[in-house]
Amino acid sequence: MTSIDAADSSSWPLWEVFIRSSRGLSHVHAGSLHAPDATMALRNARDLYTRRNEGTSVWVVPAAAIMASDPDSKGGFFESPQGKSYRHATYYTQSEGVKHL
Amino acid sequence: MSFASHDSATRQSQGEAITAEEIAASDAVADEATARYALILGDDALILAQRLSAWISRAPELEEDVALANIALDLLGHARFLLSYAGTAWGKTEDDLAYFRDEEEFRSCRLVEQENGDFGQTIARQLIFSAYQLQLYRRLVHSTDPTLAAIADKALKEVRYHQDHAAQWTLRLGLGTEESAHRMQAGLDSLWSYVEELFIDVDPLTGLGDVAVLPSSLREETLSLLQEIIEQAGLTVPDISGAYGSDRSGRFSEQRGYILTEMQVLARQHPGATW
Repeated sequence: MTSIDAADSSSWPLWEVFIRSSRGLSHVHAGSLHAPDATMALRNARDLYTRRNEGTSVWVVPAAAIMASDPDSKGGFFESPQGKSYRHATYYTQSEGVKHL
Repeated sequence: MSFASHDSATRQSQGEAITAEEIAASDAVADEATARYALILGDDALILAQRLSAWISRAPELEEDVALANIALDLLGHARFLLSYAGTAWGKTEDDLAYFRDEEEFRSCRLVEQENGDFGQTIARQLIFSAYQLQLYRRLVHSTDPTLAAIADKALKEVRYHQDHAAQWTLRLGLGTEESAHRMQAGLDSLWSYVEELFIDVDPLTGLGDVAVLPSSLREETLSLLQEIIEQAGLTVPDISGAYGSDRSGRFSEQRGYILTEMQVLARQHPGATW
């Protein structure tokens, strides 16, 4: 998958923004933005993605630092679990005498 | 198991904070002197909001466009609170005061009336004004007037960010390229003669006691905060004395008329118009 090379760009590098909506939950990808450096990226993220009380915590990550799976080869990458139903709890029958499982 | 109601990064809630409508509808009525004080603070915020909003669609990057617009909207919010409260003294609404007062009736300082200039000059104006507002609202939260204290409490949270935004940019421009440092310094130089006006104890203030914050009492802290940031950015605090005639008594810079004309034209051509 293509990655954005910040050094080759005449404009500001791209950053990915992750927001945690409340304590105990994970950070969820909210979008991306441009900023000259990490400090400003965090401030821009606050302006762009937390305008309506969406978050209690924000992460910004240089887009170039994210290694993503290739959407064109998702077959080989994600289909191998298919047919392996024994990986799911529902595959197993409930043992006699074990109630409330 | 589903977290559908919680795990969205765009979950929305309004939060709780004072609103201009609540101020207008409340029983709190400002006395004459307090209203005149609120007008000084409100006019500063209103004019700067108008100035900053001119950056919309013109900032160096989209993200910075949004940042400046956010700051403008915060300031417009402060202006709405303060003008609504001032209006209670005279039976006027925030719109009456914003749109149907003439040039000589405004009490804004000349710093906020200055044109945007380039990005460096706008950041210089933001740096100076937000440092002043930060010290002001930090103290005004202890006002003996509960409405002013509540407005200051809301404004303080936002002004902290305005000050941080301006400081971050001052550092980046000052320590950036030769051109950016030159422009940032030029911005500071062009505005520095309007700094002293912020700290003049004008007439309604001196009799207000603990309702208001005396501007002269903010001078030292504000200037030392500015000096710290400017020097950290490798720039020089301009050695320029205050411009003559700055006392908020109704004298105003020539820019005030132009900006009011632009801001008021629609309301005056179509009085009472609503969306």
